[in-house]
Amino acid sequence: MMMIARGRAWVASARLSDAMIERCLLLAALSAVSTLALITLFILREGLPVVISEGPWAFLAGVKWAPSRGAYGLLPMIVGTAVVTAGALVVGIPLGLAGAITLAELAPARARKFLKPMIELLAGIPSVVYGFIGMEILVPFIRERGTLGGPGYSALAASIILGIMVLPTIIGISIDALEAVPRSYRDGSRALGATQWQTITGVVLPAARNGIVAAVILGMGRAVGETMAVIMVAGNAVQFPGSILAPVRTLTANIALEMSYATGAHAQALFATGIVLFVISLVLNGIAGRVRGSRRDVPG
Amino acid sequence: MARSRVSRAALLLTIVASLSACTTAADEPVRKGGVITLAGSTSLQPFAEQWAEVYHGGRIIVQAGGSTAGIKAAEDGTADIGMSSRSLQPAEMAGLTQTVVARDGIAVIVHAANPVRRLTLLQLRRIYAGEIRNWRTVGGADATITVITREDGSGTRDAFQQFVMGEGNEIATSALVTAYSGGLRKMVSQDPGAIGYVTFSQLNTRIHVVAIDGVMPSEPAIASGAYRLQRPFLFLTRGAPTGAAKAFITFVLSDAGQRLARAQGLAPVSLE
Repeated sequence: MMMIARGRAWVASARLSDAMIERCLLLAALSAVSTLALITLFILREGLPVVISEGPWAFLAGVKWAPSRGAYGLLPMIVGTAVVTAGALVVGIPLGLAGAITLAELAPARARKFLKPMIELLAGIPSVVYGFIGMEILVPFIRERGTLGGPGYSALAASIILGIMVLPTIIGISIDALEAVPRSYRDGSRALGATQWQTITGVVLPAARNGIVAAVILGMGRAVGETMAVIMVAGNAVQFPGSILAPVRTLTANIALEMSYATGAHAQALFATGIVLFVISLVLNGIAGRVRGSRRDVPG
Repeated sequence: MARSRVSRAALLLTIVASLSACTTAADEPVRKGGVITLAGSTSLQPFAEQWAEVYHGGRIIVQAGGSTAGIKAAEDGTADIGMSSRSLQPAEMAGLTQTVVARDGIAVIVHAANPVRRLTLLQLRRIYAGEIRNWRTVGGADATITVITREDGSGTRDAFQQFVMGEGNEIATSALVTAYSGGLRKMVSQDPGAIGYVTFSQLNTRIHVVAIDGVMPSEPAIASGAYRLQRPFLFLTRGAPTGAAKAFITFVLSDAGQRLARAQGLAPVSLE
């Protein structure tokens, strides 16, 4: 009898501590989620007044940004972000896809063991280091090439640096997508007499398409959000770039450049810039999640 | 049930925490015997801290927040002394006593290999407005001018805008923008075609300073006003300074205080 009673007490106390742990974890999870909610509320509260007083259209489509003169048009920065991001994809997609295909399909296991961690290491390099390399090597290179020219600080420099910075994202997620393609697809293709390359382009890539698209979109999100490296090499002029050699300012750079002395409506306009960025990354993440999720619809 | 109660409690907790954070965001200045509060210009803050460190007449609290915030703080009395690194606009002057505690020159800089050593104010304005685009026009080599400026809101840019550009002339949107004096200096030192401006205390030997209207920036030229591209560092008080604030301002204007400013690269208020 004693034994049974003691056993019951033990079970009860174990249940109690289980419940406590569960609640502690729940609290931790909630605090993470509520942080997000609070950040959202805060940037909306700080940024919306100026959007409303300027009018959303004037704010998003205005071509002049001169806060000290009361002009808050974000369009040059929206275009700047779009140009630099597109440029980053032009650089990043071919390199990223080639890297992913090589690692997932072609490289011998030993090379793969060595190369994959190297690419993951790329993601671990602080962005200020990318920016510094860009400033010291890439910018002077662009400036001093006769065929290129311009000040060097340019959309081109930012695109190249960002194109390298998005590689770990694009390669990592693309490899996952390629590896998820069943082995039987490849075997079937090869059995029908297709070469390895024909199998990759004709069977594996189409089957992994959604995952690869998601990889590219997440890479885009990375490019849109990058700040430090871009500030250091893009030149940050508030203008519509006449060419890829012209300096541009991105939305993130706009906030980081001007935050130190901004007060009043100027500070609000920077928060409103944050709202625009927030919406862009929300949309990109949404699309990526949806594309990725729909992979299950592929027959197989 | 239990779960939803926990989540409700957590939500309440975060809301309360965030509300209390909002209400205590602006620190109230402490003002007991001998303690005075300075608030305002971030450019002035390091110098104010230096003065505060050496000063023995009482405790000094220095808060940064920008010139505009400093002017406001002096007006509404949240700080004993407001700090501004720009001249006051007429509307801001009401009821405030301004004391110039130092002067900061703004030097126009070019690459060390650039043969151009002097510019007129008008030439400088036209370069920054994007009207002069080649160094040849102002007596230099046949090379494109890379115009570099500070970001909107920076006090250095404010002063440059005020004295060089004047009303109605804007810095060209094609100008490169950087948020750091040091970064600007580096950009100029790397690009043979570059022109930029930094505060006098940020000069070094890897770049060249350009004389404006024939005057090179130097301590005497800034203090006498002969070099016009400069900004005053102001202490602002509501009415004439009294008590502890007056004692501190007297110290700052004393030989010891001015020597300290000079050691940091500022020009003194006046030459003795």
